[in-house]
Amino acid sequence: MITAERKPMEEILECINPYNRILLVGCNECVTVCAAGGRKEVGLLSTALQMAFMKEGRTLEVKEITLERQCDPEYVEELITYIDQVEAVLSMACGCGVQEIARRYATKPVFPAVNTKFMGASERQGVWSERCRGCGDCLLGLTGGICPIARCSKRLMNGPCGGSTKGKCEISPDVDCAWNLIWERLKALGLEKKYEEIMVAKDWRPSWHGGPRRIIREDMAE
Amino acid sequence: MKTDSVVEKVLKSGQLVVTSECGPPRGANPDKVREKAEMLRGYVDGVNVTDNQTAMVRMSSLSACIIIKQMGMDPILQMVCRDRNRLAMQSEVLGAYAHGINTMLCLSGDHIHFGDHPMATNVYDLDSVQAIQMVKKMRDEGKFQGGADIDTPPKMFIGAAANPFADPFELRVARLAKKVKAGVDFIQTQCIYNMEKFETWMKGVCERGLHKQVAILPGITPMKTVGMAKYMKNRVPGMDVPDEIVKRMGGVPKEQQAEEGMKIAVEQIQRLREVEGVAGFHIMAIEWEQKVPELVERAGLLPRPKF
Amino acid sequence: MGNFEPVIVAFCCHYCAYTAADMAGSMRLSYPSNVKIVRVPCTGKVDTKHILQAFHKGADGVYVAGCLEGDCHFKNGNIKAARRVARVKKLLSEIGIEEERVEMITMSAGMGERFAQTATDITEKIRNLGPNPVKNIRDGQKQPA
Ligand code: SF4
Ligand code: SF4
Repeated sequence: MITAERKPMEEILECINPYNRILLVGCNECVTVCAAGGRKEVGLLSTALQMAFMKEGRTLEVKEITLERQCDPEYVEELITYIDQVEAVLSMACGCGVQEIARRYATKPVFPAVNTKFMGASERQGVWSERCRGCGDCLLGLTGGICPIARCSKRLMNGPCGGSTKGKCEISPDVDCAWNLIWERLKALGLEKKYEEIMVAKDWRPSWHGGPRRIIREDMAE
Repeated sequence: MKTDSVVEKVLKSGQLVVTSECGPPRGANPDKVREKAEMLRGYVDGVNVTDNQTAMVRMSSLSACIIIKQMGMDPILQMVCRDRNRLAMQSEVLGAYAHGINTMLCLSGDHIHFGDHPMATNVYDLDSVQAIQMVKKMRDEGKFQGGADIDTPPKMFIGAAANPFADPFELRVARLAKKVKAGVDFIQTQCIYNMEKFETWMKGVCERGLHKQVAILPGITPMKTVGMAKYMKNRVPGMDVPDEIVKRMGGVPKEQQAEEGMKIAVEQIQRLREVEGVAGFHIMAIEWEQKVPELVERAGLLPRPKF
Repeated sequence: MGNFEPVIVAFCCHYCAYTAADMAGSMRLSYPSNVKIVRVPCTGKVDTKHILQAFHKGADGVYVAGCLEGDCHFKNGNIKAARRVARVKKLLSEIGIEEERVEMITMSAGMGERFAQTATDITEKIRNLGPNPVKNIRDGQKQPA
């Protein structure tokens, strides 16, 4: 899932300061799961923003709506009923959702209320951590199912580096050393030999270094 | 001979190699480089020039190498994968070779998190193993990493680092084997204080026959004070300082601690030169370069061969 | 500000604080009428949103009163409530409202006295803090100069 965290209130307030009527749009997918921008967070932020305005002797009208998927034009279309009644849109979806609104409603200002963080998994209640960086050419088959691109602080493809200490990364005792995890997993699979193979320099073209990416499925695309 | 590197020549002659290092200044004054390098003249076969060590901005390794080369000495260019992509790395290798620099070290580099620009981006286009492969390909095949031909390929003697003490220990020989497979010629290790553990690692290295394919230079760092010993023990990731060393340093009065540190270093060299597979020493006297000549002399590593 | 009478909302758990309030009544212990009690089946049911809404609608102070640690009838509702109170505190301070206006309190059903004392203390504290800055605007009043 894509994870996100609410921006500091001060920053959000600064964005919407010029307006009195806004549309606050949540998303029912990833940001709901990571408790950053679902229906509940929309309600909470809406109340908090209204209170902040009231404190300054102003009123803020907030229309709250949580779309099924904010990164899908079909659902973003639903905003058409409200868009003319507001001066700006505040989105609690990930960056993809914010951009979808910007694309569809060309003349309406839209602001992000969350910082989109990473593609990750839920470690336990209330804790999420990074798992994949979308490099476009997945290596997990070679590394026992643990990603060195997203989880090794130096993105080493032939780790571990000399800083790996008691299973933790040199940058912090709170961060697992990805290469320690990879090694443990290879051992568990009886694939120690795999470690001996050098992973050659990665071709980064399928990743973000090759420019903005796009997928076209001929059988589906209209 | 693969190259004109003095390090390679000493190794070929069957003698122990001695290298040391020089950290470039945090400023643009070339005399700082000259002063540090001058202290080492005649005592070592090569001078490592660190590359933004501990992720702090310093004069570039290449420029400091050129200054040292102009003094008629033999610099070893350190190059980290943290700050440059493969284009920048290769152009730097070409530039270095054009200036007569023929020995280098391929490193991943300390994470940016530790330095004075933690807000910068990490590059890591390659890792150290892949960097070794790249420089070897440039030298032996005369080709860039991308495949095109090089007009006048750089003949670099290729070094790398190894830390026998990092975790998981059981992987440490295997990781070295990867660097050997990639084509590394010599290895400088992390500072050695835990002799037994180093010897265990070295045994593993010899069992796989790696010592026949790569020259291993254990790292020696004389301790200045007991405070330094404690700091290295507790604060530096991947460093293994046994309690005996800390005790021994703390067991003498403050004024004698520096001498005790030197004594320990001399003993370490004397012990390690007998270990199978040890091909020389890399002496890192951190901000204590003036002590290197004395240490080399007391350890019986003089005179250095001339070619 | 001398005659300011704060409005205080107390979310009280049915199994402890609410019963304690009853007990206070039968013991004829008086506590300020400023405190408006909302009975909840467990403080774990009190959502961040409810607490914030109370302030939005004009409360000057809010507290959530649950069972003593380890005594929750639903295992850990009181712990959850404490975390939510902490979150509201943060949110309030982010929009410039004193975080002391919201508190988490614990007690057992038999602590009638503690209930009365807490109600008095909190009312006093909020009285000193003055009105909820949001309420004044809402009611169209001017802040006392
Ligand atoms: S290798 Fe690439 S695609 Fe696979 S998990 Fe890692 S970043 Fe994601
Ligand atoms: S300690 Fe492990 S995770 Fe951290 S940079 Fe080194 S190899 Fe990567």
